[in-house]
Amino acid sequence: MPKVKIPRKSTVQDMAPMCDMAFLLLNFFILTSNFTQKEPAIIDTPKSISEIKIPETNVMKILVDTKGKVFWGIDKQADRIEVLRKMGEVYNISFTDEEYKRFSVVGVFGVPMSAMKTFLAMSPEQRDSKESALGIPCDSLDNQLKDWVTAARSVNKDLRIAIKGDKSTTYPAIKKVMGTLQDVNENRFNLITGLEAEQELTIKK
Amino acid sequence: MAEISSDHGGGGKKGKPKKMSTHVDFTPMVDLAFLLITFFMLTTTLIKPQTMELAMPPKNDKVEDPPEVAASRAVTVLLGKNHKIFYYVGAPANGVDPKVETSDFSTNGLRKLLLQKNYNQVTKIRELKNKLSDMKITKEEFDKQKQKIMGEKGSPVVMIKATTGASYSDLVDVLDEMAICNIARYAIIDITPYDLGLIKNLDI
Repeated sequence: MPKVKIPRKSTVQDMAPMCDMAFLLLNFFILTSNFTQKEPAIIDTPKSISEIKIPETNVMKILVDTKGKVFWGIDKQADRIEVLRKMGEVYNISFTDEEYKRFSVVGVFGVPMSAMKTFLAMSPEQRDSKESALGIPCDSLDNQLKDWVTAARSVNKDLRIAIKGDKSTTYPAIKKVMGTLQDVNENRFNLITGLEAEQELTIKK
Repeated sequence: MAEISSDHGGGGKKGKPKKMSTHVDFTPMVDLAFLLITFFMLTTTLIKPQTMELAMPPKNDKVEDPPEVAASRAVTVLLGKNHKIFYYVGAPANGVDPKVETSDFSTNGLRKLLLQKNYNQVTKIRELKNKLSDMKITKEEFDKQKQKIMGEKGSPVVMIKATTGASYSDLVDVLDEMAICNIARYAIIDITPYDLGLIKNLDI
């Protein structure tokens, strides 16, 4: 029997279109997405139908985790240094230039002022660890959150306050934070929530 | 893998420049591009978080007499344990406790009551929304008219009081109900011993 000869085809493919597509996708992702900021606590926000987007800049974030621990951070690096300087004056702690520099790259943190020096001396990995997520004290005896908010407000007038709480955060913990804000006359704030579709409603009179 | 095939054969006559193929293998480049895509997909988020705006009354404002709310318009919502909510309409009159209803965040719970109470505003705003979706009015016009409708008199006034057993999601959910039902006047108020007494036997 004569053998059927299968013509050998080259397996080499032109990868140029594939490359085009991959870079196109890459472009899309770079342009549409924004970087996730590292946060010291994992927070699962409740959902709401609200469609107001959080502003891009001038945001002061207050995080409240499931156990009621409070974390705080502002987005502008230049402001951070000023705020720490003010806080140092209030608590009589002097920071070195190196420490200011280190603080300016810390996004959201949750350490009391007494532990601030050791916190800044840590490596970035250690700072992200669970041990350094102590929470900022904000009870009536020692309300450091209040001082942070006042200091930040005096540095940047346009700051908007955003509270990010977890679904299972208890109401008293949130109330403590809101009460603190009201104490320093910050009566307008935003609650960060996830998006939920609004359902069509039926009403009867 | 990468290869640049060049023609080696053909005797190699002197003087004739070697013809190099310009064909380049793009596979490594594709690898790189996908690697970057993966990196960006993992480190970034596409969705921006939504926010809810909330205005609280200033604390130092001394209100001697809290504004009187007509009993027929007042709705008090109490947030209890395990995502339970309780509500009553009106205020205690002549020592008779108002009837407290147990409810939840479903469409047949509190929302039904609020939509009924706020029927006029809700229907008006819905008409307005339809106009907006039909491109009859602009977004600015919509916002302006919505503000006007929300400011009309006769809408219910909701007082939100949370117990210590309530969670943050309850608070957000109840504020959400206010947005859904277009309630213009609502406030988060500290719970009173009277209210706690009302739901003592219900909030388990």
